[in-house]
Amino acid sequence: MNQIQTPDLTLAEPARAKAAPFVKVRDLKVKFVSREATVQAVNGVSFDLARGEVLCVIGESGSGKSVMMRSLLRLHPKKRSVIEGSMLVGDNEITTVSDKKMTELRGSTISMIFQEPMTALDPLYTIGDQIAETVMRHQKVDRDAGMKRALELLELVRVPSPERRLKAYPHELSGGLRQRAMIAVALSCNPSLLLADEPTTALDASVQIQVLVLLRKLQRELGMSMIFVTHDLGVAAQIADKVAVMYAGRMIEYGEARDVLVNPQHPYTKAMLASTVKDQHKGEALEAIAGTPPDLRALPPGCSFAPRCKFAVDACRAAMPEPVSDARGHYARCIGVESTGGALRFAAPKPELALAG
Amino acid sequence: MTLVTETAIDAAADPRDRGGPAQPMLIVENIKKYFPIRAGLLNRKVAEVKAVDDISFYVMKGETLGIVGESGCGKSTLARLLMYLIERDEGNLVLDGDLVGEKSGVPIDALRRSLQMVFQDSYSSLNPRLPIEQSIAYGPKVQGIKPKKAKEQAQDLLGKVGLRPNLFSQRYPHELSGGQKQRVNIARALALDPRLLILDEAVSALDKSVEAQVLNLLSELKEQLNLTYIFISHDLHVVQYISDRVLVMYLGQVVEIGPVDKLYSNPKHPYTQALLACRLSMDPDERVDAAPLAGDPPNPVNPPSGCRFHTRCPHAEDICMAKAPALGDVLKATPDQHLAACHMAQAGSGHSKAPATLAELFNI
Repeated sequence: MNQIQTPDLTLAEPARAKAAPFVKVRDLKVKFVSREATVQAVNGVSFDLARGEVLCVIGESGSGKSVMMRSLLRLHPKKRSVIEGSMLVGDNEITTVSDKKMTELRGSTISMIFQEPMTALDPLYTIGDQIAETVMRHQKVDRDAGMKRALELLELVRVPSPERRLKAYPHELSGGLRQRAMIAVALSCNPSLLLADEPTTALDASVQIQVLVLLRKLQRELGMSMIFVTHDLGVAAQIADKVAVMYAGRMIEYGEARDVLVNPQHPYTKAMLASTVKDQHKGEALEAIAGTPPDLRALPPGCSFAPRCKFAVDACRAAMPEPVSDARGHYARCIGVESTGGALRFAAPKPELALAG
Repeated sequence: MTLVTETAIDAAADPRDRGGPAQPMLIVENIKKYFPIRAGLLNRKVAEVKAVDDISFYVMKGETLGIVGESGCGKSTLARLLMYLIERDEGNLVLDGDLVGEKSGVPIDALRRSLQMVFQDSYSSLNPRLPIEQSIAYGPKVQGIKPKKAKEQAQDLLGKVGLRPNLFSQRYPHELSGGQKQRVNIARALALDPRLLILDEAVSALDKSVEAQVLNLLSELKEQLNLTYIFISHDLHVVQYISDRVLVMYLGQVVEIGPVDKLYSNPKHPYTQALLACRLSMDPDERVDAAPLAGDPPNPVNPPSGCRFHTRCPHAEDICMAKAPALGDVLKATPDQHLAACHMAQAGSGHSKAPATLAELFNI
């Protein structure tokens, strides 16, 4: 097993090695502790994100993708969650900064778009008030200046007749417009890092594509870094520079969007792509992944995907495989993946060989 | 057409079949539902939401009819009208040759035995205080089956949808995952031995891997139990995979209907074309730079004049604002006919892109 090596993320990408990454997450672990059980939601996630780059995190519900993102904003209840590891955003170490500093960072340096705009926006305040509030809070300006900025922002996110929408309440807007208003709130203080938690999942396909095109355009114009969580591989293909696939709180595959989506190596990523409905023949059964994701209260010791994997051998159940990476920074955590000639290759592990190793 | 004849033979073997294999399972004739908007001191009706506006179609036996459209186009209202969950204003339902709700026709509770529905939100559509076995047995008990038999049947159904009865029958909905809950909903819908299942966004809330499992289950059940499906969804990939025919709705009206292959390979209505362009590719190299469909659907209280899509249509001309295009007689059309309510698809409509009429072709 000589090929297996820890990926050196900074060296893996010569182009990026010069500029220090804007977001640097190392060995992040998030546990939720209660009297009944301890839930290991995130089990050692490391990644770098440069300025102006988009990372898409893909995974099923319960894979820890939203938990990971929320810990970047420290939104978890303090008493019931244990966060280990390091999260560096710019010069701020999120795990240790004071509460006061954190409040300052939220909404200005780091901001977030939530999945369901109806519950994330306050039904009792107008859209204008809600955008102006963030601006007034962080930039210490009066209400008039805040409202002026709100109008600019609604124009920026291309809300039709923005003057009228400024005075509208959330229930008066359609789903697509509400999500645009939500994006306007998130962008109000020119964040350097935008976190988007399934922002298009609740929208119609026709509106989803409008919001995706808009987000990509704004991200590029404003030079923001973005972490985008989704379970839809089609959405990831539209917006991502880098793609990370999460399973049971670990990143099991990571790399350039093209590498991961077109040339996936981990059996889980492959199975996800195969099970997505797209141009399959009617009458042919879909290649569904059998079973359900593991219980995070009692994770199996080896590879978490082994119980559902059709290639699993005994060695898979012994220990979580270390990541194997190629020259371009594409890595996968699977004992069947080898790095040969600068590219990853998956071959189903043979039971006897794996036992010997 | 092989598919239709094959299923027709199956349907003939079904003892519940009354109308014969060529009789559609369900015919919907000019169904309408306007919701009143009331306001003022006397609570007078000030306007109407034209949620479902004169829709006609039929579903053949053993067929899967997909219904697509944006949110707010009336898909779910239509499903609820078919189930008699809300009263229709006008129109008729014909179930296997018999009128529904008339004196000499099918009574409503018989309709509900033949027609069942699976809803989108798997959690809120199950009673949180009932173990799932009782949820499944509830319908049959109401319809007069002995509790013990209903329970046995529920266990049997749990097995059919892939949940081991000895493990799952006593669980409560909160103890199940989203995919498992949707399986329970399907089992409950099957408990009355229905012939037509309405699936209203039944897989939309599920993860992609679970979605594939549930879609496989639906295809298996359809074959085993000789079912007919009406599959409502906004996911065009899924509709293409599961449907035999597809119906496209816009603002309470049918704009296009046809066999799935014809409709997907050659969409005639600009709205269908735009919807199909909204499907996302899995290849990062094939990114969309401009949204194919701008804006939101117009307000159904005051739908645009003429063709309701003209406000968002790239090909709109004066004729589109003046005159509503006709879809043609859907009920007289054969299942393999492809109809679209667009002036561009109809010869002699006055639209510059309309095909030439016979008279124009021969220069008469």
